[in-house]
Amino acid sequence: MSGATDHTGIQPGEVTSFLTDSTLCIGCKACEVACKEWNGISADGYDFTGWSYDNTAALGHSTWRHVKFVEGEITPGIGGNSAQQLSWEFSSDVCKHCEVAGCLEACPTGSLVRTEFGSVFLQPDICNGCSYCVISCPFGVVQKNEDDGRAFKCTFCTDRQKAGMMPACAKACPTESIKFGRLDELKVEAQVRLATLQSRGMTDAQIYDPTHTSVKGIHSMFIIRGEPETYNLPPRPEVPTIYLKDAWKSAAFEAVAMVGAVVASFFFLGRKG
Amino acid sequence: MPGLGTSVGRGGATTAQQSLADSDAILIMGSSMAEQHPVGYQWVVEARERGCKVIHVDPRFTRTSATADIWVPLRAGSDIVFLGGLIHYVLENEKWFKEYVLHYTNASTILRDDYVDAEDAGGLFSGWDAEKKKYDPETWLYKGSEPKKENGQSLPGHHDAGGGHAKDRGGEAGNTTEFETDDTLQHPRCIFQVLKRHFARYTPEMVERSCGVPQDVFLRVAETYAAASGRSKTGCICYAVGWTQHSTGVQIIRAAAILQLLLGNFGRPGGGILALRGHASIQGSTDIPTLYDILPGYMPMPFFDADSKTFEQYIKQHSTEAGLWTKFEDFMVSFLKAWYGDAATKENQWGFNFLPRVTGDHSELGYWLDMKDGKLEGLFVMGQNPAVGAPNGRLQRKAMANLKWLVVRDLVEIETSTFWKDSPEIERGELRTEDIATEVFLMPAAGPAEKSGSFTNTQRLLQWHNKAVEPPGDARSELWFVYHLGRMFKGRAARERTPKNDALNALTWELPTEGAVAEPSAEAVLAEINGRDLTTGKLLSTFEDLKRDGTTMSGCWIYTGVKPAENRNVANERSAHDALGHGWGFAWPKDTRIIYNRASAAPDGTPWSEEKKFVWWDEEKREWTGKDITDFKKDMPPDHKRDLSKGGLEALDGDKPFGMHPDGRGWLYVNSGLKDGPLPTHFEPLESPVENPLYPQHQSNPPSDKKQRPDNPYASTPHDSRFPFVLTTYRLTEHHTAGGMSRSLSHLSELQPELFAEISLELAELTGVSPNDYVTIVTPRALISARALVTPRMTPLIIQGHQIHQVGLPYHWGWKGIVTGDVANDLLAISQDPNVRIMETKGLVCNLIPGRHPAGHKALDELHELLEERP
Repeated sequence: MSGATDHTGIQPGEVTSFLTDSTLCIGCKACEVACKEWNGISADGYDFTGWSYDNTAALGHSTWRHVKFVEGEITPGIGGNSAQQLSWEFSSDVCKHCEVAGCLEACPTGSLVRTEFGSVFLQPDICNGCSYCVISCPFGVVQKNEDDGRAFKCTFCTDRQKAGMMPACAKACPTESIKFGRLDELKVEAQVRLATLQSRGMTDAQIYDPTHTSVKGIHSMFIIRGEPETYNLPPRPEVPTIYLKDAWKSAAFEAVAMVGAVVASFFFLGRKG
Repeated sequence: MPGLGTSVGRGGATTAQQSLADSDAILIMGSSMAEQHPVGYQWVVEARERGCKVIHVDPRFTRTSATADIWVPLRAGSDIVFLGGLIHYVLENEKWFKEYVLHYTNASTILRDDYVDAEDAGGLFSGWDAEKKKYDPETWLYKGSEPKKENGQSLPGHHDAGGGHAKDRGGEAGNTTEFETDDTLQHPRCIFQVLKRHFARYTPEMVERSCGVPQDVFLRVAETYAAASGRSKTGCICYAVGWTQHSTGVQIIRAAAILQLLLGNFGRPGGGILALRGHASIQGSTDIPTLYDILPGYMPMPFFDADSKTFEQYIKQHSTEAGLWTKFEDFMVSFLKAWYGDAATKENQWGFNFLPRVTGDHSELGYWLDMKDGKLEGLFVMGQNPAVGAPNGRLQRKAMANLKWLVVRDLVEIETSTFWKDSPEIERGELRTEDIATEVFLMPAAGPAEKSGSFTNTQRLLQWHNKAVEPPGDARSELWFVYHLGRMFKGRAARERTPKNDALNALTWELPTEGAVAEPSAEAVLAEINGRDLTTGKLLSTFEDLKRDGTTMSGCWIYTGVKPAENRNVANERSAHDALGHGWGFAWPKDTRIIYNRASAAPDGTPWSEEKKFVWWDEEKREWTGKDITDFKKDMPPDHKRDLSKGGLEALDGDKPFGMHPDGRGWLYVNSGLKDGPLPTHFEPLESPVENPLYPQHQSNPPSDKKQRPDNPYASTPHDSRFPFVLTTYRLTEHHTAGGMSRSLSHLSELQPELFAEISLELAELTGVSPNDYVTIVTPRALISARALVTPRMTPLIIQGHQIHQVGLPYHWGWKGIVTGDVANDLLAISQDPNVRIMETKGLVCNLIPGRHPAGHKALDELHELLEERP
């Protein structure tokens, strides 16, 4: 296990990523607490949900790591690590730091920027609270703090990364379910892990990294068992701007129609006159 | 603790958590390790990823089950049937590790002719005194070994007031160096045959009938776990308070030890038993005890009338003729020199009479009952929150109202310090603030980062922590508080030189202090614990150098070596240089990470296998070598023949790895030291919905003590129609025990904000409860309300043809802090198991009804109504 003084060895300019492996998660929520402690985020309610052991419910402006508890089928004799069935799965969710980020594209103030580590960073001192990013995130990650007026999300611990430290959540994870490293290396690691899991009969294991959609891949990949929907992950996340072409098309059509109507009105008005 | 202690010699975990990574199978039972030890659990996950099979046996499907390969739900309180079933399976199917069992255990030892096993007497062993409700254990001895009875006194470990914590040495009831054996294991009275007969009825059918575990599921566990045995495979068993907090707790652990001895799993990498301790320094709090019946290093407290008339008598009673306890006198004299310094002389028996004598049940639960009965004047509460965290909370809170004074030291204002103004008893009108005369002092305590000191964790590992910041305001460390309080007492005693004050005047109590608040040096305390050669003043590096002539001192012999030089604190070292973590901290004894590791080599000293090579005999160098400090005499060859005249380990043969025991063997059968029998025997919990299927004449553990009285009532057992369900309590990852350190923190409180009861879909339907509804849980002691967490992770079990429902209840909440809730521990009874006087929290009975209980006095009216209802 790594000591406190370990340097990640990753330099600014290298693209980093999370690989969160649900098959190694023990649901301890140390990532949630470490994130809030490091980033100085307050608690956001003491509500009992009754949803398994999940009482923080979702990612939001004050929850940047969130462990999901998915209850499945329970059969005596079968543990959760058995390939036979999904019993009780834990998965620590986080901002996806998309390759093509909807929030970044939507931000009119320049608050959202791409960092030297390839992640998407929201600068609270620039944010004006317009919330375009909120509706543009295909994963529902960004949220506006109504008391504060600004939007917030995972910073990927850019401050720690700059100092050669891994993000607080990954550091706190006792089972290395949250891995942090170079994106290209973790992509390989994910494939190796997937092959291992499948060789153990976990044919339902898969890597969640939507490279095939307009998001073009994420910098916080997941290894899950079963379908993404089970974990509240969209199977085909899209960046809203892909609809812009259609939007401009229809806007242009509208414009032409408008011009036509105006001309026509002059024509009719002229006739009347 | 005596479960492991009597079985293998020491009460501590036998292995290190890192070694779990080398296991081929891990059985976790009586613990939700992933939830309570998430950091240590990394090695379980690592083992699993290497192909180890992880088995979790638990009434609930927990986060541990979710990460295990096999989950087995069983009825809370049926553990000995399940483990007995495994023992039966191993014996019947010839799965035991023959060479290991023959050389390293007492399987071949022959018992006395008058020993009668519980199987032949309906659940009672020979020696039972029905009137006194206790055993005379003399008939349990080995054939040929003489009892050590003196002046007709009761045998050590069987004193009425005695606890069992110092029974680790075992064998003090007889000279266990003399006994007969049959190496063919065929003699009908040899332990192996007795064991076979004892567990003959613990069949898969019985497991199904009593535990509710289908036979095919049980057999899958048995096959999987028994395969982790032999020369090239090992398995580890992890347990926690899910085993200890039963009226048969010590015997549950005994059963696990028998299984591990049969499979040859002690002293080997990936093997052993990991006693998971509940929080930071619980192991430390028995090593240097907060218990009433032992002194540091597992030396017994002297009792008033039994074994303590003279020092000589006391030493004779607790020493052995062979093994490490032959050095008992060296340890004890060195200990007395540490406490009493120059005032401890040969002439005054090293100050032996300065030690107080135990005169009765001074155990934790014993004194709470005394307090309730007005026999106690004052109480210090440090690092504890009994108003929330202790059984029968109603009784305990009312007991505090009988005190003259109460000192509470904690990080925040906890419930224990405010019971007099805002407890449920005040709210319900049972107590009135104006009637309570208890003077309460609340003192702010320094947190771990605000003081220096050491923790001794689950694997006997001492880890030092340095003060990072000054404590705020008037907050002070425990060391500061106790040191300066003691200084004031001593100052007073110095002015009043009466015989009563002799001990205080003799006590050494000088520590260097530093800073504005005169903080005592924790490292100076560590040096005293470690010990010195008083002739040279030098710190000692091993307990082997301790002497009985008064020329050495050591506050706790097992810790000797933690501070071997003035400029060295091994507990504070942080450069691990191997997989077991040598170089990081100090594991007692002698920095040994896996104890009894002589057993990791075959009798001839060669490794059992290449895969499990660990400690072995190097013929060239004529010494033991390998990957750990040898828990054996380093230069004693495997073919050494015992020499009783030399004492110590040399009084044992070279193929006997369990050096704390006078025969050097692991004890499948415990001839002395336990109060409820030499072999584990199933008894139902003190409250149970079912009959004891094995011994119908004896429903619950005969020598256990219910402490039944009007303010500590019980359900009738077996089966009380008012309380049809099984109740089990537990903890969550998100909170810390009674909540004083977590309910005050927002980041933890939001993760688990409210008390809930985990129930199955079937029980929800039966009781008409919908998810998230409020429900009320009732026992004869109390009623509390909680939210219903309806989940398929709870499942009803079929026991003796009937469906049995179980209710799971975490116990973290109280009425103070950011998140509040009813006190789950109010539901429990104060009870005492026979050996360590612990209460039963893991298996009792309850009722669960929809809706929230009313507020105020009406809550009690409702409780009384519910208790009167009988169909």
